[in-house]
Amino acid sequence: MATVSMTVNGRSVSGQCEDRTLLVQFIRENLGLTGTHVGCDTSQCGACVVHVDGKAVKSCTMLAAQADGSEVMTIEGLASGGELHPVQAAFREHHGLQCGFCTPGMIMSAVDMIKRHGGQLDEKTVRAELEGNICRCTGYHNIVKAVLDAASKMGDGARIAAE
Amino acid sequence: MYATNYHRASSVEDAVKLASSNDEAKYLSGGQTLLPTMKQRLAAPSDLVDLRHVSEMKGISVNGGKIRIGAATTHAEVANSAEIARACPALAHLAAHIGDPHVRHMGTIGGSIANNDPAADYPAGLLALGATIVTNTRSIAADDFFTGMFETALEDGELIVAVEITAPAKCGYAKFPNPASRYALTGVFVARQGDGSVRVAVTGAGSDGVFRQADMEQALASNFSAGALDGVTVDDSDLMADIHASSAYRANLVKVMAKRAVAAAG
Repeated sequence: MATVSMTVNGRSVSGQCEDRTLLVQFIRENLGLTGTHVGCDTSQCGACVVHVDGKAVKSCTMLAAQADGSEVMTIEGLASGGELHPVQAAFREHHGLQCGFCTPGMIMSAVDMIKRHGGQLDEKTVRAELEGNICRCTGYHNIVKAVLDAASKMGDGARIAAE
Repeated sequence: MYATNYHRASSVEDAVKLASSNDEAKYLSGGQTLLPTMKQRLAAPSDLVDLRHVSEMKGISVNGGKIRIGAATTHAEVANSAEIARACPALAHLAAHIGDPHVRHMGTIGGSIANNDPAADYPAGLLALGATIVTNTRSIAADDFFTGMFETALEDGELIVAVEITAPAKCGYAKFPNPASRYALTGVFVARQGDGSVRVAVTGAGSDGVFRQADMEQALASNFSAGALDGVTVDDSDLMADIHASSAYRANLVKVMAKRAVAAAG
């Protein structure tokens, strides 16, 4: 057993788990944050994507022990003060989900993607960047629309803020 | 996943010591192959030695034509390195097309070549570039390092610390990704040195892992153009055949990808 400590969504947490415990299990079972999903368990589908030290990773392909001392952000940490994150708002606006199972991973990937590319995203880039996220409902069209809209709104916001 | 014991190494020396204290220990770099393999119970190391916090194994340096990439450097770091983009652009391109963004944030160059998956991208790049693999005990030429499918020249407990490359005059990489897994169904890396010599390495196609294509190297040494490959015949007898592609199809892909790689090299 290991004692694992990390900051999750800005809150310091600590817990006991086996060395083989995956980060996603720790998040879901120790912390009770069940917004992060396990879709495939074979490191392909991206439903479990969270941010570790600011980067999108598959939490089913990382041990909780590896994340000891890290800053983790899950889907629960995105909204602030009851207000949806712009990417969450865009997914709602554009109906970027059908069954919703892949959505937490899609949104965490989209936030990471927009951060890396700024507002400079086109459809081709979004589709290529979503390589690691599978939507079994095949609802990609509206997901891409939502990401593009969020990117342009967040890009505009950043520009307005700079002026 | 079977039970395992996690250790976090703080230095190369510490990592080697931790690994040598148990016969069934494995190094854990990005874990993007090892952990899925453990989840499927195809691997069951008793101990894992985490390399992500070994600072001497991280980072990229380019001095003149000498490129050094720490073994624990992630694919995303290589893909986004302005220095690599200048000195060896095809390597940045290669790294940018491994797996997906999340995998690239974790997966490392050292982990990729230590695993030597027959469909991985880096083995082709390092073999074509004539890279040197630096371990905790010695330096190994890429020609001697990749010894077969999932096999390398690494001894038990030996740890890759860095990869050293002499920047080529020109280089290109083209892969035909498997439509589902995005692993290379066939990938070809072409590198032309300042003295005009050319090395061509093929991944994803060989039944014994990555290999050099001598006929193409000769043809390109005398005429570095995609057209120079028209007359080269690729023998399919040592190529893989599986549900995704026959060996004849892969032989054709070797030629098509080689031509695209030369065209990309400019």
